[in-house]
Order: sequence, then C-alpha cells, then structure tokens
Amino acid sequence: MDKVMTADDVVARLASGMTVGIGGWGSRRKPMALVRALLRSPLTDLTVVSCGGPDVGLLAAAGKIRRLVVPFVTLDSIPLEPHFRAARERGAFALTELDEAMFMWGLTAAGQRLPFLPVRAGPGSDVLRVNPHIRTVTSPYADGEELAAVPALRLDAALVHLNRADARGNGQYLGPDPYFDDLFCEAADAAYVSCERIVDGAELNRAGGPQTLLVSRMFVSGVVEAPRGAHFTSCAPDYGRDEAFQRAYVRAAADPDAWAGFVKRFLSGDEDDYQAAVAAFTEETAGERS
Amino acid sequence: MTVTRAEYCVVACAEVWRGAGEVLASPMGTVPALGARLAKRTFSPELLLTDGEALLVGDAPEAGNGAPVTEGWLPYRRHLALVATGRRHVMMGASQIDRYGNQNISCVGDWARPSRQLLGVRGAPVNTLNHPTSYWVPRHSPRTFVERVDMVCGVGYDRAAAAGPSATRFHDVREVVSDLGVFDFDTPDRTMRVRSLHPGVRLADVREATGFALRVPDGGVPVTRAPDAAELRLIREVLDPGGLRDREVPPCGP
Repeated sequence: MDKVMTADDVVARLASGMTVGIGGWGSRRKPMALVRALLRSPLTDLTVVSCGGPDVGLLAAAGKIRRLVVPFVTLDSIPLEPHFRAARERGAFALTELDEAMFMWGLTAAGQRLPFLPVRAGPGSDVLRVNPHIRTVTSPYADGEELAAVPALRLDAALVHLNRADARGNGQYLGPDPYFDDLFCEAADAAYVSCERIVDGAELNRAGGPQTLLVSRMFVSGVVEAPRGAHFTSCAPDYGRDEAFQRAYVRAAADPDAWAGFVKRFLSGDEDDYQAAVAAFTEETAGERS
Repeated sequence: MTVTRAEYCVVACAEVWRGAGEVLASPMGTVPALGARLAKRTFSPELLLTDGEALLVGDAPEAGNGAPVTEGWLPYRRHLALVATGRRHVMMGASQIDRYGNQNISCVGDWARPSRQLLGVRGAPVNTLNHPTSYWVPRHSPRTFVERVDMVCGVGYDRAAAAGPSATRFHDVREVVSDLGVFDFDTPDRTMRVRSLHPGVRLADVREATGFALRVPDGGVPVTRAPDAAELRLIREVLDPGGLRDREVPPCGP
C-alpha cells in the first residue's frame, strides 16, 4: 500500500487528451510541483477543471489546454491572471464557464456517481447561453420548480496539494480551508496527492484533529513528497503566498521576451532547479522587500 | 472637518445592510468592506462578517487586520452552500451593469473571443437567484453603466422574469452604490432609478456618466446622508486609519 512516487511518475500515468482536475483555489494551495512536472512533459490537449489560479495560467502559456472548465481564474492579491487573459483573448482554448455553485455541485455529482444535481443557478444568466449542453430539470413534486441540471464533472485524474500525507495516501490539511480537494479526488478515476511532508499515521494524528484528514487513501493512487510544492501559491500554515515572486511572474507575463527569460530561469529544469532558482530570487530581492 | 466622497460612499454601502438581521454581509472591495464593518459597529450589530477567507470574525476588525475572535468556520464550500440558504447579502463589483441590474464580471466583448477577459462569472449567477444582492462601482462611467452587458453574470430583473418563477423566487437586487450616488430598482418596470446623489454631484453629471436613461423620482433627488460624528470617528480612527478608502475613491473638489 506504499503509494509514494515522484511528480514525474504521476505525469507518466497521465495521457494527452485527459480531463484533469486541479485542487486548491485561485493562488492558494495549488499542486504547483505537479503542474511543473506537467509543463516538463509532452502531454497536451488537456481538459483542465479548476478554481483557476497560476496553474491555469502556466498550462495555458505552455499551450497544454484544449478545454478549460472554470468558474473564474485569479491570482487573489492580483485579480486577473495574465496568461489566462492573453490565452482567452487570442482564442487559445475552448472554455466551459460555470457558476461557482454549479462547479461545486458538478464535482459533487461526479463523486456521488450521479448524472447531475439540481442547482438554483444558471437560469437568467448567460452561463446557460454559453453552455448550451446544460439543461434544466423540473421538480417532480408539487412545487414544479425548474432548476439547472448541472452535469457531473467526472475527471480522469485529480491533482491536489496538502500539508501532510502518509505513504498510503491519507491526506491532511492544516490550514483553514479544505477548498474542494477531497471532492476533486472523489470525482476522479485516479487522484494524486502531493504534500509538504510524508509522515506516519501517528504524526498525522499529532498534527491535527481527525477532521483535518481530508482525503482518504481509498481515493488516492499516488503520493508525492514535494516540499514547497505549492509555491508560489499559499500553503497555510506552512507558508504564505510568495507575493514578490507572484509580482515577478505577472511582470514577466506581460512581455514575450521577459516571459522567455522567466521560463529559462525558473521552468527549464526540474523541481530542485526550480526551488534553487526561487531561493536565489528571494535572496536577490530581499533588499527591495525590506 | 469636511466629509470626503469616499466617506459618503462608506456610509451609503453600510446602509445596504441596515435591518438585514443575522445574515452574512459579503462585501467585495475596500469601501463596501468598510461599510459592512461600519454597519455592524453601529445600526446592524447582528450582521456576520468573514475575514475574507474561511473564518467568521466576531467583531469588526480594522481594515487589513485580522480579528482575535472567531465565531464560526465558513470555508469556500460552506460559503457557497450558505448562498442557497438565503442568509447572506452580497455587495459585488460590476465591470458592466445595465438598467435592469444585469451585471458582468466575466469578459468584455464577444464571449467566444473577448476583447478583454476579466475574472469569470464567479458566483454571480447563484448569488443573484438566492439572496439579496447589491453592487459597488467605484468609478461611475458610461463604460460601466451600459445599455446591455456583454455577459450576464449577475441576473437582473428582466432576465430573472424571463427565466420564470424559480429564478424570481428569491431574486432581490437591491441597490447600486457608485462614487456619484445611490441607485435602486423601486420602479414599476424595475429599471434603475436615482435614489440619492452624493453632495456636489449634479443630476446632469450622473446622466452624462450613465449609458442609459436613469429614472428620477418625482419631487427631486435627495442627497446621500452624511456620516454622523460617531460614524466618522469610527471610519477615520478605527476602521480605516490608513486611508485605504481614498485609494478606491480619490478625494474630489466641491
């Protein structure tokens, strides 16, 4: 039951054309080490399902996305994601734009093996206009209400990042918000959990109450130890968002030459190279931050 | 000391939550956040507020600072589920808004290939069909107050009516607060009406800054109420001593 593997092992189990769900929210607790492994791979034509942040931005910039399924894409402290914006404005991929509640209940339906769930969201808005495949359903009871029938968001694979996990795949979050990480794992045929540290069960129990054990091993196919694996997004309480690095990311995204330089410096090697380049960046910018 | 335009806006936003009872106030933007905290500290103490992430905070913290007391847990998924209970009044932003209160935060231009991609619809469709919704527009202009929005995210009165009884059942778009005035939909055909103008703003100014014909109440337009001394002290000394409100609504001449 030892499911420990590397980020590259995870990517080796994926295939071009798959539907991949990515946990976290905006620029918070994104499985960035796994995303960076995806960037190093030849995989393409992905359908990406995400409460989007820089995961979406990086995959869009690298041309990995065929269809994007999102209720939003944001960097939080910087509202608009520059690569997502640019990709949309040049028509780089197909978009399924969903309301947030539709997204949540669609993931939930997938985990519950339901074809759809009824939601009071969508009617009246243009979400139904731009998603003509989404139908409404009429209540079979006396109220006769007509609600959106949000289709299940079934995934081939889910990628999430948590604070701790054991080698069997039990994942623990220690921050204030689980986001949808367990829903993503339950909605997927195969889920992969990266974490700050792989520990044993006793240490999981010491770190937090049983309700912090968010993801159960019964839904997990692989566990990856990836310290600072959510960087540059936040991973409370282990670390906050690297705002200086995020600003540098946004600045570089505004200009093709600057972006090529960013990719060369930070994204041309493996995860160790990335973390070393970030450490050097942090050292360099320490003066301007204080 | 002269009350600034931003301070009128804070009070106008606070008024949105007057009498709301024990519901979650969800402000988006600096001025609405100050308004919600001001309302909770004064005339609407029953309100609930979040820290902007997963916690319900027990008292109204200063802008940008956390609060020592947590009175509940409201992570993203529970926040979304709360929407359907109706116990929330959100004040969202609007990149575009029309006379019926349809709002757009998704993209400008043709959705299939937008000239300017924005955030995405976020929760605007579910919010507007489930609980009271108001809007905050820090810079009132014809580019924001438009004849027709490019992508309906927040549902307005005409679109809710066309979608049927399940859409109108809990639909309740209340007010729009901008840097020029306060607007509502208390008209027979549910189109936007001037409710009050901030001091120094003329009706002609608002008409020029609005891309559709605004309704004007018979008998003249009132002036937005000024903060009283206690409210002003709270805004300046407790809630926003750093003056973040002036960054969202710069001080203007008389």
